[in-house]
Amino acid sequence: MELSGAQILLQSLADEGVEYIFGYPGGAVLHIYDAIFQQEAVKHILVRHEQGATHAADGYARATGKPGVVLVTSGPGATNAVTGIATAYMDSIPMVVISGQVSSPVIGSDAFQEVDMVGITRPCVKHNFLVKDVTKLAETIKKAFYVATTGRPGPVVVDIPKDITAPNILVPYKYPKKVSLRSYNPVVNVAKEQIKAAVELLLSANKPMIYAGGGVVLGEASSELTEFTRHLGYPITNTLMGLGAYPATDKQFVGMLGMHGTYEANMAMHESDVIIAIGARFDDRVTGKLDEFCPYAKIIHIDIDPASISKTIKKIAIPIVGDVKPVLKQLLECLKDSKKKPNKKALETWWQQIDEWRAVQSLEYDRSSDLIKPQFVIEQLYQVTKGDAYVTSDVGQHQMWAAQYYHFDKPRRWINSGGLGTMGFGLPAAIGVKLAFPDADVACVTGEASIQMCIQELSTALQFKTPVKIINLNNRYMGMVRQWQEFSYECRYSHSYMDTIPDFVKLAEAYGHVGIRIDKPEEVRPALEQAFAMKDRTVFLDIMTDRTENVYPMIEAGKGHHDMKLRVALGTSTDRELA
Amino acid sequence: MKHIISILIENEAGALSRVAGLFSARGYNIESLTVAATEDPSLSRMTLVTRGSEDVIAQITKQLNKLIDVVKLIDLADSPHIERELMMVKIKTTEQTRNDIRSVVDIFRGRILDVTPNSYVIEMTGSSEKLDAFTAAISHDSIIEVVRSGATGISRGEQGLHL
Repeated sequence: MELSGAQILLQSLADEGVEYIFGYPGGAVLHIYDAIFQQEAVKHILVRHEQGATHAADGYARATGKPGVVLVTSGPGATNAVTGIATAYMDSIPMVVISGQVSSPVIGSDAFQEVDMVGITRPCVKHNFLVKDVTKLAETIKKAFYVATTGRPGPVVVDIPKDITAPNILVPYKYPKKVSLRSYNPVVNVAKEQIKAAVELLLSANKPMIYAGGGVVLGEASSELTEFTRHLGYPITNTLMGLGAYPATDKQFVGMLGMHGTYEANMAMHESDVIIAIGARFDDRVTGKLDEFCPYAKIIHIDIDPASISKTIKKIAIPIVGDVKPVLKQLLECLKDSKKKPNKKALETWWQQIDEWRAVQSLEYDRSSDLIKPQFVIEQLYQVTKGDAYVTSDVGQHQMWAAQYYHFDKPRRWINSGGLGTMGFGLPAAIGVKLAFPDADVACVTGEASIQMCIQELSTALQFKTPVKIINLNNRYMGMVRQWQEFSYECRYSHSYMDTIPDFVKLAEAYGHVGIRIDKPEEVRPALEQAFAMKDRTVFLDIMTDRTENVYPMIEAGKGHHDMKLRVALGTSTDRELA
Repeated sequence: MKHIISILIENEAGALSRVAGLFSARGYNIESLTVAATEDPSLSRMTLVTRGSEDVIAQITKQLNKLIDVVKLIDLADSPHIERELMMVKIKTTEQTRNDIRSVVDIFRGRILDVTPNSYVIEMTGSSEKLDAFTAAISHDSIIEVVRSGATGISRGEQGLHL
């Protein structure tokens, strides 16, 4: 079979099992778009901005576990995609980004819409390729998917010059079944001795903690983690990226840890004597001040990426480099075979201590307020969707509230930009999720600042019939910036406020959707019910929340886990005047 | 401490910038970097001299290994090895200084490659420390220019860095 480069690309994607590509046409990819027009296997989702394409593909990937695929043109198309590529890179999301490039003969001549995409993306991709020969195209695409989805996943860019996809150059096509790279061997075997040593240390613990992160979600190891945790009876905390890896409503779950984690999770980490970190990378938002991080603990660290081990926290007692799923299975097997059992008495005392910390109720807020509390909105969202929605978020206060008050019992339900913290992520990501799961409830929890960063994707949502529900916690501030300015800059609210916020109801209507404005707490529940009852409409709920509300509890920058700022220490937020 | 990291890397466009970019992005030092193809034209051998604490060096080797194009690497500082660097120095000479300079060059087992009435070009190989010692032994004012290749290295014994 002889095909053109453009046809080879599309056929390769089809052979790879790709359902959707998220893209935007332009000069350098016109041959490819012509090939898209003439096939049906791969559906193209036309976004309104290339950043939206990457986030939508990313949301699709996070919800399904399958790689997200993006197609952009050269130059500005490619640079617009960079934020989304970096977002996926920071959270280890499998993604393949096809970027058009100017024709090979003019590369390097500052041609129209030329940019060195391979150079620009080098620091924020797992790997990238420039295709120089059409006969290598199919193999390169296979390599791109292989690298993106194996080991620690990540985005891979394939930059394709326009002449490579030309319709008049036909070459034989064969999509390789398998591909290998001599310089890339993602599979590692774990030494039995390491497993044994880890089990021994785990069973010697008096104050154990299980600290599990996004690696468990990416590694499809939630059921193994759950079995492992229940077998031991130890307390477990999840990172922001790990939420849903362990059921949040389970009694062994002590909540999220880190900067806006629960008091009990952070105190337990601080006091713990043995910590097992599973698919988590000791991010600075998790550790707080490094010198004060878990001073009494011996740490076991399981990670698929050797470079994650001893990167920030140096004192790792037992490093285990491997895929979380088989490692957890091995650990569980070894635990079951072990004659030694967890120290029941010590564990009882430890749980009593944790219950005392729980009694602080660090997530409690003023429920008698006449204003709409953002936490209340998330609680209502949780109830209305029966805890079973896919929830995407943007970045800021609303993201933390969604993480704190929506109790994720399943993996891949909580979809947010954790590492890069990309505002504008939520709406396009929700569209990607809805395409993957058309019958599921998909909510985008956002704020009036974040949503405006990719609001143009409302148009995409209409065209491709992805009825998502936008929960806009509108406090008329960039809330998280304002919160830090309140705490650290004596309430000098420098540019954290826009006094020309659009009428989101009209805006939603202008895009062909339903917009509802909510001003009173008692309107929240009915509006949410109404929104989710409209199965085939995208609904924008513009919810006027308490402008002064802050995210608590909080570990401020440069402090340790035991040094949390609790709400009670400051009184309720409404006591404070805002400028 | 000084470390000499030897890397086998795919001989492909952009491979060098992946390594160089990693060092600048993560704030590691590069003292010198040399690269050339090996007997297998699909592979390049890179020698990278860097300094840092054990923790930093451990991260550097892990991050380098993570680059898809990197096939293999070793830290030569971990075992007995030979280090060589090539230096060429252009020195101002006069009737009076020529003999003195020649004797210093002899002591360091260097060679004189080019002679003019007013200058010598001297070639010298050895460890980086030896080359430092030579330039220190020559009057600073007489040096016109110095060009150094950066260190390369190889381990002692039968073991080697190959596929």
